[in-house]
Amino acid sequence: MHAALMMLVDGRFPAGGHTNSAGVEAAVRVGDIRDEPSLRRYLTGRLATTGIVDAAFSAHTAGLAPPFDEQLIALGLEYSARVPSPNLRDVSTRFGRQMLRAGAQVWSSPLLDAVASGQPGVHQPLILGAIAQAAGGTPNDAALLSLHHLAAAVTSAAIRLLGLDPMSVAAMQAEMSEQIDACANDADLWAGACPADLPANSGSLTEILAEDHGRWDARLFVA
Amino acid sequence: MPPHDIPHDDFIDHASHERSLPNGRQALRVGIGGPVGCGKTTLVGSLCSLLRDELSVVVVTNDIFTSEDADALRESAVLPDDRIVAVETGCCPHTAIRDDIAANLDAVEGLEERHGDVDLTLVESGGDNLTAIFSRGLVDVQIFVLDTAGGDDVPRKGGPGVSMADLLVINKVDLAQYVGSDVEAMLHDAGERRDGRPVLATSLVDQQGASDVAEWITTQIAAYRA
Repeated sequence: MHAALMMLVDGRFPAGGHTNSAGVEAAVRVGDIRDEPSLRRYLTGRLATTGIVDAAFSAHTAGLAPPFDEQLIALGLEYSARVPSPNLRDVSTRFGRQMLRAGAQVWSSPLLDAVASGQPGVHQPLILGAIAQAAGGTPNDAALLSLHHLAAAVTSAAIRLLGLDPMSVAAMQAEMSEQIDACANDADLWAGACPADLPANSGSLTEILAEDHGRWDARLFVA
Repeated sequence: MPPHDIPHDDFIDHASHERSLPNGRQALRVGIGGPVGCGKTTLVGSLCSLLRDELSVVVVTNDIFTSEDADALRESAVLPDDRIVAVETGCCPHTAIRDDIAANLDAVEGLEERHGDVDLTLVESGGDNLTAIFSRGLVDVQIFVLDTAGGDDVPRKGGPGVSMADLLVINKVDLAQYVGSDVEAMLHDAGERRDGRPVLATSLVDQQGASDVAEWITTQIAAYRA
C-alpha cells in the first residue's frame, strides 16, 4: 500500500461514492435490513454476488496491457451481461463517469487515456481498475478496493438510514475482513482470464430491488 | 528557501482578480444555499421566471428527497422538464456541494452539454446548516439565503455561508413583524460579517420580489464575460 493508492481507499475521494448505498436504501424499505445482524447478512450476500463480480472486473482491468480499445469494449459488454437491471447498468456508468472525471484529473496513464477517449458509458468497476493501475495498484489492490468500497457503502448507508451505532458497525466490518480479503484471492487469476470467463454471480433480489428503487419518486441515494 | 528569497509574486492573489469562466465555458454556475425552509426553491422559481426570456437557464436541485424541489419547479412550469435535474445527496447535502461534488458536477455538465447554449446554471443545495458552502469546483459564484423567521441572530452568528457567499439574501422580510425579527439589525450584522460584500432583503410573495437578485446575477454574467 502506498499514499496514492490510499487516496482511492478514502471515502473522501471526490467520485460521488457517498451517494451510493449499494442497495441498502431499498433493502431497508422492504425490511431486509433492520439491525446489525441483518446488515451483516446483507453485506455477506452482496460480497458473494455483485461484490465478487465487480472485484473481478476491476482486477482484470487493472491488469490490462495495450492495445486497450477492443479489450475495454469486450469487458464492458461482459459486465453489462452480468447486470440484469437496466437501472443498475445506468447507475454503474454514471458512477463510472464521476470516478473518471476525478481520477483523470489526478492521474494519467495510457490505459486511463484509452478509457477517457474511448466510447462513453464505461462501467464503474472498469474505471476503478484503470485508475487503480494508474495509481500504481496491482489487480489484487483493485479487487480489494472494489470490495472495500462495497463494504463501506453498505455500512455507512445503514448507519445514516437506521441510526446504527457506528463503532459497533465498524467492529462488525473488521470482523468480516478475512472474508472480504478472501473474496479477492482470485484477483491474479481474474487478471489473466478471458473476460467471458470472469465470475457471473448474481442475486435476483438485488436486481429487482434496484429496479424498484430507480422508480421511487423520493430517493436519498442514487442506488 | 530563506523567506526573503521567496518571490513576492507568490503572495499576490492573482486568481481573486480574474473573473473569467474556465475552458471557454459560456454558462455562469450559481450556487444557492441556505437553511431548510428559507425560500431557496421559491427564489430559484422566481429567478427562472424573471430570466428565462433573456437567458438560457438550467437548474440542478439537491433536495434531501431527490425529486421534491424539481417537482415543485416543474409543477409551477417555470422551465421545461428537460432543463431541471434532481441529484441524490446520500443524506449529506453539504458533502454534495462541497467535499464530493461529483454527482452535482455530472448533472451540471450533462445539462450544459445537452442544451449547448446555456447562459446560467443554478445549483440549489438541499437545506442545510450555516457551515455549508459551495465548492469553487462546482460553482462560480454563490448566494446564501436566510429568512427573518429563522431568527434575527443568524447573521450575527456568521459561518462560511453568511460571511463568504458572494451575495447574502435575507428573505421573508414581510414576515419579520409577525415573528419579532429586526430586519435592520439583520442587515447591519450581515454587513459587519461580510466585509462589504452585498446583502439584499427580499420578500418572494410574488416573482418581482426576486428582481434585485436577478439583476445581481445578470451583472455577474456581464462581469464574467467582460
